[in-house]
Amino acid sequence: MNVADAVMLSVSGDRTLPEPAPKPLIEISDVEKIFGGGEIRALSDINIAINECEFFTLLGPSGCGKTTLLRMIAGFEHPSSGNIMLAGKDVLSLPPRARSVNMVFQNYALFPHLSVAQNIAFGLEMLNWSKFEISERVAEVLALVRLESFRSRKPAQLSGGQQQRVALARALAPRPQVLLLDEPLSALDLKLRKEMQFELKQLQRETGVTFVLVTHDQEEALAMSDRLVVMSAGRVQQLGTPQEIYGKPANRFVADFIGEANLIPGGLLGRRRDVTLSIRPERIEIATVSSFVKLYGVLKAATFLGADTLMEIEAGGIVVRARLRGAQMAAPGSEIGLCWPDDAEWELRE
Amino acid sequence: MRKFRPFDWRHNPGFGTFTALTILFLYAPLVVLVVYAFNANRLVTIWSGFSLKWFVQAVNDGNIRLAAETSLIVAGCATVCATTFAIAAALAFERGWNFLGRGIAVGVVMIPLVVPEIVVAVTTLIFFSMLDMRIGMLNLVIAHTVFCIPFAMLPMQGRLRSMGTACEDAARDLYGSEWRIFRRITLPLMAPGIVAGAILAFVSSLDDFLISFMVSGAGSTTLPVYVYGMMRQGVTPEVNAVSTILLLISAGLAVLVFLLSRPSAVSRTAGAPASAVPSS
Repeated sequence: MNVADAVMLSVSGDRTLPEPAPKPLIEISDVEKIFGGGEIRALSDINIAINECEFFTLLGPSGCGKTTLLRMIAGFEHPSSGNIMLAGKDVLSLPPRARSVNMVFQNYALFPHLSVAQNIAFGLEMLNWSKFEISERVAEVLALVRLESFRSRKPAQLSGGQQQRVALARALAPRPQVLLLDEPLSALDLKLRKEMQFELKQLQRETGVTFVLVTHDQEEALAMSDRLVVMSAGRVQQLGTPQEIYGKPANRFVADFIGEANLIPGGLLGRRRDVTLSIRPERIEIATVSSFVKLYGVLKAATFLGADTLMEIEAGGIVVRARLRGAQMAAPGSEIGLCWPDDAEWELRE
Repeated sequence: MRKFRPFDWRHNPGFGTFTALTILFLYAPLVVLVVYAFNANRLVTIWSGFSLKWFVQAVNDGNIRLAAETSLIVAGCATVCATTFAIAAALAFERGWNFLGRGIAVGVVMIPLVVPEIVVAVTTLIFFSMLDMRIGMLNLVIAHTVFCIPFAMLPMQGRLRSMGTACEDAARDLYGSEWRIFRRITLPLMAPGIVAGAILAFVSSLDDFLISFMVSGAGSTTLPVYVYGMMRQGVTPEVNAVSTILLLISAGLAVLVFLLSRPSAVSRTAGAPASAVPSS
């Protein structure tokens, strides 16, 4: 909706203006990618709209086509059919340098022969900014990623986390409409990765730039995204907010891929045989009153994990995993009654 | 107590002796040649004391100097030409589209490495005489350029392959035009390969005998061809002295190529290792 429409509406006396629908910045429609003369379908039937100022994530196991899709937005790959629009303009015919989209590459791809400041200035020089503007902007983004004192170092003299921040600064410097991140945290160790997740999220809020992240790490995707899409085998499995995707998985794949899920056949709980119920392990409890019990099983193993205890219970030929708070005392082999709140059940259609 | 050691060729009985014999076989003639270059005696085979007079005599010999000059000019020109062609070829093979007949093109460029040199020499000679091309030193430069291209191209191709396309992609993403990417990113990054290729081309041109022997006419004799001429009048210690100088130049340049083409060459020149820097 543009301003003129909004004015028209208010003039016509409509007092309750509908909340303006978020404007799609990137529209991917019916994109398909076929390799090897029709043999391999890397992507099929991809329809995604990414909004302005959104932190959007493409999540999926390796080989699901998420990186191919990201490289299509950047202009390094071309769809076999379909269309990609950026800010209302068809960008398929444009080479990477004509798209106001910048990318943080998986291994950063910093220019090893240039200093940190020269790396960041590169894009601005290519856009023929003036010397003054360039030095101002370089100082600005160096401050943004807190690397002011490293400006004259070479990439090889930086730690992994610092290189990562230089790559971010370099990609943000030309003020792109969209920042693409290809598994940017996969090369970092766990502690640094957690820090950078937080920093990335903060950076996105501060700059207001649309971030599109590719990752195979579901925790990372849930923690950082406003919305995400789960992909598998070149198809979109589900698109939604992290809460929707975690709480209401669209199918078996999503339920299994995002977090842990117990997939219990409906027949076992006296429901229809063709449905499967997805129940998260942390929602399952041990019933204290027999009338609450929804499923009986035999405890196979209990593993103490510090804050939680993970119990594996065999019931009706399947193993149900329950994650219980604190240390739980129960001997393997004993019979246990399980229960869970009704809203913990989610029926899977497939 | 004996500690268990995994099998290692170096601890095989007789391995050390065998290695020593091999090295002796390969390098003894060179050592003899170099040692006798410092022999005071006119006769090559009889040692009668240390002297530098053969080096002085060789350097002062007008013909030798002329031949050396020719060699250096030809090698220099051929290196520049071959390196330029090789940069283009390496880029086309490593960065170009997978065009039809690329395999054949690579084969054609590599022909001088595989075909017996005498064949190349004879065909070059026939080619020049068919065209009735007698332009002295320029003939040599053209002939040398042709067989130097593969030598110059191999290290560049290796360098382009090992550096990958990530940096160039990043530059493309950062609004670089192809020409500016080439100048600012590709060329500096492949520089070690270019220098290694140029040195290899220079050395192969300097050391070449067969092709130069066939192609060079009067007034454009290269050093190896001239040395061959001297040998026909009997081996004098002067030949040893000239050979020693050639040997030193070639060996020095070969060592330089080795240093440049080590995989760590670039990261070392880029600065201190990352581990020496405190992490954030």
